[in-house]
Amino acid sequence: MALIDLANPSRFLALAKRALPWLAAASALAFAIGLYLAFFVAPDDYQQGATVKIMFIHVPAAWLGMFGWTLMTLAALGTLVWRHPLADVAAKAAAPLGAAFTAMCLVTGSLWGRPMWGTYWVWDARLTSVLVLFLMYLGVLALWRAVDDPARAGRLAAILTLAGAINIPIIKFSVDWWNTLHQPASVLRTDGPTVYPTILAPLLVMALAFTLLFLTLHAAAMRNEILRRRVRALQMMRAQGAEA
Amino acid sequence: MKALAALLLRDLRLSVRVGGGALMGVLFFLVVVTLLPFAVGPELALLRRIGPAMLWVSALLASLLALDRLLLADYEDGSLDLILMAPMPLELTVAAKGVAHWLATGLPLVVAAPLLGLLLDLDLTAGLTVALTLLAGTPALTFLGLIGAALAVTLRRGGLLVPVLILPLAIPVLIFGVAASNAALVGPGPFGPPFTILCALTLISLVVGPFAAAAALRHGLE
Repeated sequence: MALIDLANPSRFLALAKRALPWLAAASALAFAIGLYLAFFVAPDDYQQGATVKIMFIHVPAAWLGMFGWTLMTLAALGTLVWRHPLADVAAKAAAPLGAAFTAMCLVTGSLWGRPMWGTYWVWDARLTSVLVLFLMYLGVLALWRAVDDPARAGRLAAILTLAGAINIPIIKFSVDWWNTLHQPASVLRTDGPTVYPTILAPLLVMALAFTLLFLTLHAAAMRNEILRRRVRALQMMRAQGAEA
Repeated sequence: MKALAALLLRDLRLSVRVGGGALMGVLFFLVVVTLLPFAVGPELALLRRIGPAMLWVSALLASLLALDRLLLADYEDGSLDLILMAPMPLELTVAAKGVAHWLATGLPLVVAAPLLGLLLDLDLTAGLTVALTLLAGTPALTFLGLIGAALAVTLRRGGLLVPVLILPLAIPVLIFGVAASNAALVGPGPFGPPFTILCALTLISLVVGPFAAAAALRHGLE
């Protein structure tokens, strides 16, 4: 099925209805495996003890926060360039999810930083750029709520998303370009990961679990948004019929 | 080209005449700089150390709050629809409005900065350095602000939405503006790199701002 087949909202709703239980089950299974690996297989760090295991939530949350904005950027291109009917629905569904994951990244990172670095916050390049990403998410959410017509809101939010997309490579490469307290890249590097396998495996499983969770919630949110727009259209037709 | 010049002159005349939009920004700038010593205490050494940063933050806020004036009046009286239907490319038109807005709002901030720096115990050289960085940076604030103003033009209750949308994009301008000011005044780094990056940000915004704003206007006013 090509992407254009999904442009029909009813077809998308049918597909989502079939896919959601599988996605939910897959994410639950992945979480079960990941949490088991994280708590019972991954060793304690010799310096940090058990607190290193915050990494299994913090790092996937960070990856998904950036993934959310990337998804919104692709959806923005779909809205503005190809006029795909469901692209703005995808963008609207992804915004609160990405914001929540970014907030989770900031909070877990802050709680991890207190025992590790001695401070809840430091204004280095990566933390600052992730905080800016969170502010941009809030800005996009504000813009969605400010405009009445969903289609027009979608186009305006698409422009804002594209304007903010430059932040994603800045976050990724901030630990390389600037002297930061946050540790440098250890998984997605040109030389390959430097993380030991007993910690890398749970990390990747947890990342998969979080991604499946994101996709499940995203599909459900898209379905809700389509139904919400249908309700709105029906209300407007009823209001129009009432005055006739 | 004559049409663009005419639009520029019209905007400049309007901003000087109507409601004092031009000098209101400078007044807000003065008010914020005056508030600062009440908050941090009158100790001159401290004020001198944070002086460039406070001048930059106040200039940023003054620029942001003047932005809704940019397009709202034209939207309300219908001239924005005429501008959209004109044969001139919308990007150039929006850029002309941005230039007029900067001349009326940004340039007075640059001129006022050394004088307000005296209030923060910055001597004239320091004040002129900050003014130079503001001269390089305020066009970036105006042209990035064009994007926010265009996105929010049709909203009646826009309120603080435009500053909220634009602030994340304006943060790099602030970072490099203050970095350049501090590099020139206290060191230890050189003045050149942050200042050239600031100029680069302005040049980028001169292109990206009008294109994004024109797209936002077209989509928002359909």
